[in-house]
Amino acid sequence: MMEINSVIKVENIWKEYRLGVDSIGSFGNLVRSLFSSSVNSENRAQENDRTLKGTSNYIWALQDVCFEVKRGEVLSILGKNGAGKSTILKIISRVVSPTRGQIKIKGSIASLLEVGTGFHPDLTGRENIFLNGSILGMSKHEIKNRFDEIVAFSGVERYIDTPVKKYSSGMYVRLAFAIAAHLEPEILIVDEVLAVGDVEFQKQCLGKMKAVSGEGRTVIFVSHNIAAVRSFCTRAVLLEKGRVAFTGSVDQAINHYISVGVDTSHNIGSQIWKAEDAPGFDEVRFREIALLSESSDEVCTTVFTSSSFRIQLIYEVLNKIQGGRLILSLRDRNGVVIFNSTNHSEDSGLKNPGVYKVECLIPGNLLNRGSYVVYLHMGIPGVKVLVQGQPFLRFDVISDGSHGSLYPENWGGIIAPKLNWVTKV
Amino acid sequence: MSVDSEKSEQYWDLIIRSRVSWWDIDLKGLTKFKELIFLFVRRDFVAIYKQTILGPLWMFLQPMLTVMLFALVFGRIANIPTGGLPPLLFYLPAYVLWAYFSECINRISLTFVSNRGMFGKVYFPRLVIPISVFFSNLFKFFIQLILFLLVYVYYLFNGVKLNSGVELFFTPLLILCIGVLGFSGGLMVTSLTVRFRDINLLLSFIIQLLMYGSSIIFSYNSMGPSIQAILKWNPFVWLIEGFRFAFLGVGVWSWSGILYAWMVAIFLLFFSILLFSRVEKKFIDTI
Repeated sequence: MMEINSVIKVENIWKEYRLGVDSIGSFGNLVRSLFSSSVNSENRAQENDRTLKGTSNYIWALQDVCFEVKRGEVLSILGKNGAGKSTILKIISRVVSPTRGQIKIKGSIASLLEVGTGFHPDLTGRENIFLNGSILGMSKHEIKNRFDEIVAFSGVERYIDTPVKKYSSGMYVRLAFAIAAHLEPEILIVDEVLAVGDVEFQKQCLGKMKAVSGEGRTVIFVSHNIAAVRSFCTRAVLLEKGRVAFTGSVDQAINHYISVGVDTSHNIGSQIWKAEDAPGFDEVRFREIALLSESSDEVCTTVFTSSSFRIQLIYEVLNKIQGGRLILSLRDRNGVVIFNSTNHSEDSGLKNPGVYKVECLIPGNLLNRGSYVVYLHMGIPGVKVLVQGQPFLRFDVISDGSHGSLYPENWGGIIAPKLNWVTKV
Repeated sequence: MSVDSEKSEQYWDLIIRSRVSWWDIDLKGLTKFKELIFLFVRRDFVAIYKQTILGPLWMFLQPMLTVMLFALVFGRIANIPTGGLPPLLFYLPAYVLWAYFSECINRISLTFVSNRGMFGKVYFPRLVIPISVFFSNLFKFFIQLILFLLVYVYYLFNGVKLNSGVELFFTPLLILCIGVLGFSGGLMVTSLTVRFRDINLLLSFIIQLLMYGSSIIFSYNSMGPSIQAILKWNPFVWLIEGFRFAFLGVGVWSWSGILYAWMVAIFLLFFSILLFSRVEKKFIDTI
C-alpha cells in the first residue's frame, strides 16, 4: 500500500507579537529594524496569557508549533480565543510571516480568512466576481467556466449587473461566498467565516464544507462550532496558549478542549462540606454534592447535549425522619425553572441516622445548550424544611450536534429533546 | 512518490519561513498574477469616475484647468517667459508628464495604508498593487497625451511654428523613466510610512517643491548659470525639458541628462523594491 503524502508540514513555528503602543524610538532603531535579517528575540517575549499582566511588551503568540497534514485530511484547529488559531492560519496563508520556523506546502493552496476580500462597492456583481476570484487565485479562464455556477449558487442573477453597494448585506455575503465556494485548490484553509451571516448562510457554508471534504481535498478548518468539527473533520490539533496541546482524533481533541478550553471558572462541579458548616438543620445535613458523568465518577462542569449525567448527593441523617422528600430543581441562569423532580414516591419511608447516597440520572438529548444551576431542597411536605434549597451546582451544556441538526444555529426552546421521527411514503 | 522525497526541498511547492535572503522577491508569483494586475487597472478606471457627472472627461478637464491656472499665474502675473510659445502649449506637455509622476508616487505611497484590510486577509504578491497603479496611470497619461496632441494640432493649424524633431521617437524613454521614478518613489514612501506616518504628510510638500524645481513653469535655458548649476542635478529637468523639446523644439535635449535620470531611476527602483519586500512581510504586524 502506498503511503499517503504530507501536503503541509508545519515545523517549529514561533510567532512573536508586540503589545501596546508602537514607539519608533531613535532613527537608528528604525534603520536596524528595517535591515536586520532576523529579530533577536530569544528572551524578551513571554507566554501568551491574557489574564496575566506581563512585564514584557512582547508575547509569543505561537511557540514551537509543529504538525503535519496528509493529503485528503480534514484537519480542525481547536483552541480557545487567543490560543493562536488565527495566527497559525494567517502564517499558512502567508498573510503574516513567522518569527522562526518554516512551513512546507505541496500543491495549490487557497485560504478563506474572510469572504468578499477586495470587493469594490462601485463595481457590479459581475465585475466583482472576476476581481475577487482573481484575488483568491483563480485564473480568468477558471472564473469564466464557473461563472454561471457561481451566479446560480449566489441567487443574485437579477442583480448581477448592479453595483454591489446596492445589494442587501445578505446578497453581498451570498455572492462573496459563492465565489469562495467555487475555488478548487488542492488545499483549502477556512477560518471562522461561518460564524457570520444568517442561519441560512451558515447552512450553505457548512453544506459546502461537507461537500468539499467529501471530495477528498485537504482542508484546514478553524471553528468554535464543535458540532461542525465533529461532523466532518478527520483529525484535530488543539492549541493552548500558543502551543500544541494535543494532536490526534477529533473526539479526543474535543474532550481535551472541553476540559481546558471552555471558560469554566464560574462553574461549580462539586461541593463538599465539613460536618459543622454543612447546609441543613438538626435532622439532615448535606455533605457532598457533585455532577458526575454517566459512567465514571469524574466530576464535570461541562456536558454535551447528547450525554447523560448524574447528580449525586451524599447526606447525613442525624435524627430519624419520616416522609421526607428531596427535590431537584434545574434552573437556567435567569432563574427560570426548567424542571423540578422529586424522589418522594420512591423514598419517603422512615430513615434512621446514617449516611445516604442518592443519585438522579439526567438523560442526554434533553437539555438545550446553555448554562444551568442545580438547586437541591429537602423537606417534609406541610411539616418542615429539612434543607433549604440553594444553587449548589452550576454547569454548561454545549452542543455536539445531537438534536438532529448539524448546523450551529440557535436552537430555540427551553429544552431540546431528541424525539422519534418517522417518515412514511 | 516515496515519503523520502518529502525530505528534499524540491518536493515542496512552497516553503514559508521567516525572511532568509535579502533579495527575496516573488517574481515567479508575480507573473501568475498578471490578470489580477489587469483587473486592478480596470477597477481603477471603472470606479474612479462613478458618480461623477462628467465621468472620464475629468481626465481632460483636470490638466486643462491646471494649465490654464499656470498660464494665468506664472505667465500673466509673474511673467515667466515661455520660450516664445503660447503658454498653454508650453505648460501642457510638461504638466501631463509631471502628472504621471505625481499620480504614481501619490497613489503608490498609499499601498499599505489603503489596502491593509485586503492584505490582512489574503496573500498575493504585494507588488501587484503598485504595478497596477503604475499601469493605470500610464494609461491615463496616454489619454491626456491625446488632449495635448489636440491642442498641438489646433495651434499648428493656427500658424504657430513648431519644431518637432526625430527626438519624438525617443520620448518613450522619457515617459518610462518618469514612471519608474514615480513607482520607486511611491514604494519607498509606502514602506517608510509603515513606521513613520509623517512621511505621507510631508509628501505633498516634497512633490510640490520638486515640481517648481523641474522646469514645468519655466524653461531651463531662461535660468541663469548659478541656478542651472543646481537644476542640472534634478533628473526631472532633463526628462521634462527633453519631452518639451521633442514636441515643440523648445528646451534642451541632453543625452547625458537622460542617461543620468535613468541611472537615478534604476538605482531607486532596486533600492525601493528591496525596501518594500523587507516591509511587506512584517507590516501587518506593525501598521
